[in-house]
Amino acid sequence: MKSISGIPASYGIAIGPAFVFARVEIVIEPCNIQDPDKEWNRFMEAQETTFQQLDKAYLKAQAELGDEEAGIFGAQKLMMQDPELIQTVKFRVESELINVETALYETAEAFATQLEAIEDEYLSARALDIRDVSSRCLRNLMGLKDSPAEGLIVPSIITAQDMTPSDTVLLNKDLVLGFCTEVGGSTSHTAILARGLGIPAVVGAGEALRKIKTGDSLVVDGDSGEIVIDADKKSLKEFKKRQESFLKIQADAEAISHQPAITTDGHQVEVVANIGSVDDVQPALLSGAEGVGLLRSEFLYLERSSLPTEEEQYQSYKTIADAFGDRPVILRSLDVGGDKDIPYIDMPEETNPFLGVRAIRLCLIRPDLFKPQLRAALRAGYGNNLKLMFPMVATVEDVEKVREVLEECKQELRDEGYDVAEQMEIGIMIEIPSAAVMADQLAGVVDFFSIGTNDLSQYTMAADRTNAEVATLASGFQPAVFRLIKMVIDAAHTNGKWVGLCGEMAGELLAIPILMGLGLDEFSMNPPAIPFAKRLIRSISHEKAKQVAEHVLQLKSDSEIREYIKTEIPEVDPKEL
Amino acid sequence: MPETTITITHEVGLHARPASMFVQTAAKYSSDIEVTHGEKTVNAKSILAVLTLGAHKDAQIIIKAEGADADEALKALEELVADNFGEN
Repeated sequence: MKSISGIPASYGIAIGPAFVFARVEIVIEPCNIQDPDKEWNRFMEAQETTFQQLDKAYLKAQAELGDEEAGIFGAQKLMMQDPELIQTVKFRVESELINVETALYETAEAFATQLEAIEDEYLSARALDIRDVSSRCLRNLMGLKDSPAEGLIVPSIITAQDMTPSDTVLLNKDLVLGFCTEVGGSTSHTAILARGLGIPAVVGAGEALRKIKTGDSLVVDGDSGEIVIDADKKSLKEFKKRQESFLKIQADAEAISHQPAITTDGHQVEVVANIGSVDDVQPALLSGAEGVGLLRSEFLYLERSSLPTEEEQYQSYKTIADAFGDRPVILRSLDVGGDKDIPYIDMPEETNPFLGVRAIRLCLIRPDLFKPQLRAALRAGYGNNLKLMFPMVATVEDVEKVREVLEECKQELRDEGYDVAEQMEIGIMIEIPSAAVMADQLAGVVDFFSIGTNDLSQYTMAADRTNAEVATLASGFQPAVFRLIKMVIDAAHTNGKWVGLCGEMAGELLAIPILMGLGLDEFSMNPPAIPFAKRLIRSISHEKAKQVAEHVLQLKSDSEIREYIKTEIPEVDPKEL
Repeated sequence: MPETTITITHEVGLHARPASMFVQTAAKYSSDIEVTHGEKTVNAKSILAVLTLGAHKDAQIIIKAEGADADEALKALEELVADNFGEN
């Protein structure tokens, strides 16, 4: 029995065989070819596939890890379209009549070697990038699987150096019992993914993990950060006991997940899901979601080379909205721009993309993007409870402009003879401090608000949430942010409107009592968090939550708030329930 | 062939984001553009080649352009470097 310790990143105990996630070497077989044009076409196709994979990885990395990690994929794309690289490959294929795999491999390798020769940490990392992206293109050329993830066939604990979004996107999540990685912290991609899936994880366990081989018997303790190889009978029994007690908590939560979220003193709130595709509908329904508080529409725009048509959008929105029947589904209009790049949407380069032409700002100047989406939504919402919500609203004028376009679309659709959701509710995201401050006026022009705490926190605190140096400032447990949330809720309620919250905070057990005490009406979160959130809400009183929230507004810091909540409402720890 | 000599003032040199911006700017023009640092001259539209220049902070680079929009290209690149890659 051996033990390795790392950073606990996601609750629970996993017991099972190890699956070592290691990249497969690509073996290039040099050969001669007859038709250089044909060979070149093969390359162009593989290059295009590579671009699409990188774009997808970019957006996913950006959503899950932030701009810096996402930037790696941007740089890799630039390398894969480098004229020196491309011309050298083309020249060699045409003049030497060799297969493009050989030409690409050798050319990329030559560049990597040159970069490595200059002794510089940054350039060595770029050498890895050119190797990584050329291997990706080679795999596409050779029709090889994108990832070692394909080898996972029995339920296992994944051990890896680290995992990138393009790795995990391909994992069969049903076969993953737990994760352990050599590098990374509690906000690394693996950690976030594990929490999202509700499976245990230990990260940053160091090179000691390399001793583990596929099939080794492992225990991963996501509470303490311990990884045990070949646990002896006695400790295995102990771990199994703890695993059972955790699973019991989970089962308890799941058992009540389809009951309403009502406090002990009869106050009911809505618990709904954040989803990002048609595939997410079933898991959301199974987890007890009472609707969808955030349907990200970006999925329709990825992995393709032109805009989705109105008809395609209509089909997807309608499928999702119909699946929830009369329960609400809130569609968020396209939230890209600035730094979130979709290759076929021509967007200006900006020095400060977070403060630039993002989301609704882009849509308002690009009717070719905006109108098909609005038309699709208005058509899809006929006969169900689809609502529309707009991100990055800063002023009342923004809403007025949106409403104008919306009316225009409605009129067009009526003229064309379509059934239109005439009474569709229109809401906005509150994620810019100006919108929170002006909430009383905004409440007069919309039907509901949904607070986006991730962006609201970083804009309020002037702190990039992906920058570790200032991450705690942007964490969302800032008294200033809670005060803004209170302003927003009060302004909405005075005007007879309701307020939801679809940021990370909605699913955080520590935050739920505070938000409920402040009067939040709707909590929108990732599906795995729903049973736990409902279980907590059903075990506390609204009266107590109100008192606690009142006091929180008077506290001075993130840590003070967290400590206070843990003391006042011990139920926020799932084990205490 | 028009050319210009300019000093990189950016903290990270002609690497990372500045290198990407430099290459992307050059790529907007149809002219052939070369950049020289020390004894090495490379295609200014190639990120891989530009990185191998190893042009750090305070490095002097020479940019040459040839083609229909050579002057505009030089001007744009010069401004980009002089403007510290948009970070001034």
